[in-house]
Amino acid sequence: MLNYDLVIVGGGSAGIACAISAFDHGVSKILVLEKDLYLGGILLQCIHNGFGLTKYKEELTGPEYADRYINELKKRPIDFKVKTMVLKITKNLQVQFSNAIDGFQTVQARAIVMATGCSERTRGSINLSGDRVPGVLTAGLAQRYLNIDGYMVGKRVFILGSGDIGLIMARRMTLEGAKVLGVAEIMPYSNGLTRNIVQCLHDYDIPLYLHHTVKRVIGKEHLEKIIVSEVDDNLQFIPGTDREIEVDTLLLSVGLIPSIPLVENIGVKVHPKTKGPIVDESMMTNIPGIFACGNALHVHDLVDFVSLEAEKTGEKVARFIKDENAKSNREMKVTPKTGINYILPCQVNLDNTESITFNFRVNQPFSSVYLRILLNGKVIKKVKKAFMLPAEMETIELPSALLEAGVLEMEVANA
Amino acid sequence: MYDSIIVGAGVNGTFIAHDLSKYNLKILVIEAENDVGDVTSCANSAIVHSGYDPNFGSLKAKLNVRGNQMYDQICKDLDVEFERIGSLTLAFSDEEAEAIGPLVANAKKNGVEVSVLDPEEILRLEPMVAKNVKKAILAPSAGIINPFELCVALMENAMDNGVELHLNEKVTGINKTSGSFSVITDKSSYQTKTVVNAAGLYADEINNFVSERKTQIIPRKGEYYVLDHFSEPFVSHVLFTIPTDKGKGVLITPTTSHNYMFGPSSDFIADKNDLSTNKEVLDRVLATATKMVENIPMNRVIREFAGLRAYHESNDFLINEKDGFINVLGMQSPGLASAPATADFVIDLISKTLTMTPKAAYNPKRRPLYRLNQKTPEERNAIIAKDSRFGNMVCRCEKVSEGEVVDAIHRHCGATSVKGIKKRLRPGSGKCQGGFCEPLILGILARELKKDIKDLRFDSSGAYILLEKTKGRDRHA
Repeated sequence: MLNYDLVIVGGGSAGIACAISAFDHGVSKILVLEKDLYLGGILLQCIHNGFGLTKYKEELTGPEYADRYINELKKRPIDFKVKTMVLKITKNLQVQFSNAIDGFQTVQARAIVMATGCSERTRGSINLSGDRVPGVLTAGLAQRYLNIDGYMVGKRVFILGSGDIGLIMARRMTLEGAKVLGVAEIMPYSNGLTRNIVQCLHDYDIPLYLHHTVKRVIGKEHLEKIIVSEVDDNLQFIPGTDREIEVDTLLLSVGLIPSIPLVENIGVKVHPKTKGPIVDESMMTNIPGIFACGNALHVHDLVDFVSLEAEKTGEKVARFIKDENAKSNREMKVTPKTGINYILPCQVNLDNTESITFNFRVNQPFSSVYLRILLNGKVIKKVKKAFMLPAEMETIELPSALLEAGVLEMEVANA
Repeated sequence: MYDSIIVGAGVNGTFIAHDLSKYNLKILVIEAENDVGDVTSCANSAIVHSGYDPNFGSLKAKLNVRGNQMYDQICKDLDVEFERIGSLTLAFSDEEAEAIGPLVANAKKNGVEVSVLDPEEILRLEPMVAKNVKKAILAPSAGIINPFELCVALMENAMDNGVELHLNEKVTGINKTSGSFSVITDKSSYQTKTVVNAAGLYADEINNFVSERKTQIIPRKGEYYVLDHFSEPFVSHVLFTIPTDKGKGVLITPTTSHNYMFGPSSDFIADKNDLSTNKEVLDRVLATATKMVENIPMNRVIREFAGLRAYHESNDFLINEKDGFINVLGMQSPGLASAPATADFVIDLISKTLTMTPKAAYNPKRRPLYRLNQKTPEERNAIIAKDSRFGNMVCRCEKVSEGEVVDAIHRHCGATSVKGIKKRLRPGSGKCQGGFCEPLILGILARELKKDIKDLRFDSSGAYILLEKTKGRDRHA
């Protein structure tokens, strides 16, 4: 059996940043396991620009952003294996993996970080009626075929869901010569970043149909057409609004879910909103020694925030491995209230951290509101917010000195 | 001149081919689809029913009970996933509870062991069942099977023993000449001494080419939900509602791949190609299933699908022989459970025309699949040491290796499409529904079949996945 201090599952943006940070904070034996051919994860198929604005104050493409981190990783004696699939993780921190060179191996770790990213919701999870034909696929899969393999999946495209990958693919397929006929979003607001709505749809005259969805998929052997309909406030189809559109491709951009079956199956508790693990201030799950960061923890809007969160996780994991965590526990629970969809972390040991960065999302668009933070019922902070959108992750950092044991609540209040 | 041509490679066609391969006969199987077990045999409840409920005296009852008993041996020989997990038929109202008595009497006559359970026993066996359950029939011999694997294994073994298979070939006519038939297809024509009509939904067309007694098969659609694997307890038996004239009602069952499935609906439709799913129908299925198990974790749904049953107005199996033409017609549920006995029955009918001498070199065993997931680390590494492709994993959800995919392509009755791989090994059947593995599977298929990746299909010839190369592709390749 192999032995490592830290095994990181996933060599994408989160895994790499976490490995670098853990090493820099004193963890010496680190192994990163990546299922794909190269390190870099999903960034490698994101050939558009816009990455790194926060981190590097530059507009990089996905591969360029990944490259900077990969170079940093390679400067350090961190072991990594590509084309390597983790098959099983156990509660006593063993990781089983397989690849063509090492075969089937087991590693004993002192800590494991799930940096496994997220996966796209598929047709099955949205119960889309109609024929079960190829031509209906997730936007990310079409992106891979286009940007990695060099193939177009179709020429007349419609997109269901206004998630960012769908918007990016609307532009990308247009540039490759496809006709993108529209994007339908069942909600009355977009789920993508504003900049993507502008740069990927408006700039190419691609219509965004809010409060619309695809009612039916039609085709004999391959997708031939779809029926798009308007929905009411209860998201029910409005009679008489059916529109038949001839397409050969329907891209689904209907949400991302943290990809954590490896640890869900051994009892890691899952957050009902994020669908990722429930974690504490160290990004540690309820199984001691198993951590999560990046999109495996909750779906981020920007990779820069993935990197930052993963770096912080690397630091926390180092403390855990070196047994530097506080022995005492002043626990503060964190609870979302009106207007807040979720907040991470869900609980904090105030003795174990000098400051806490809370990541959260709102559950509907807001403008000119206050974000109010209450500690044990008392308002401790009020932040004026011009806009808050469900598509954009919000962050707020609070020093532990300002906090005390009990319950921290966050809510949106009118100005 | 063939001794027998079997039209249709569903579970009945492949079973009959498999059984005929034991004899010194020249056999051809003709299948219109691009793979075996691709229509009704590919989309059903995957249950080996105990046979307690078909009316005593019907052909269904007779073949189901016998077929069920034959499955242990055949699945052992052919390395097919099969588990006798037992079934519970649940009564929730007084009216339903009253139906239990006659059903138990029918079970006795059919010779199927059943017992009647009270609510306490039911909830001990199945704690997720709705608490208002009144009574249940437990049939321990009911089982679950992997129907894709079964058809492939039967055909593979039949081919190992000399049977020919023609896929993508449609029978367009059959002419009876003195003492033989000429079977005409869209590609060729063949002479044969006997014809077995196991064409499922299209068995009426085949029958009507030959027989003066014209018949009609009406498709009856069933829609289902599939749930992902999960570790929380759910159900461990096949759970049925009380059967009605329309069939066995809705069931909830584990599958051999440790998923769960519930359905089907039951609606007559006009179009034999209509495999669409419909939210309204599935909502009905869910409402019925929820009466059995209140908390179905719908967040675990990974897929919906529809299958078509080949309904005949007799509502029974119609298996008969005239001058060497054998009909296997109306094989709706429990057609899968009955298939081994159906094949036996057909062999008897065929032996009226053909001289059956056992084949000396007959091999009853199929070379087992690798099934790496069930191997110890040592066994796994021994396989990887011989061929490193067994270390390279291509499916994240179902944990399938490249080596297994290559094996599934190069066996007899090998996979030629993405769906063919999915049916044999399950990549694409998991949570990501092919999002990760599909490009990798395409790459392996292209390499092993020496085809351009663009020419590969999901299943049928029009079901393309990649339309064209990007304009810059080859500049950088």
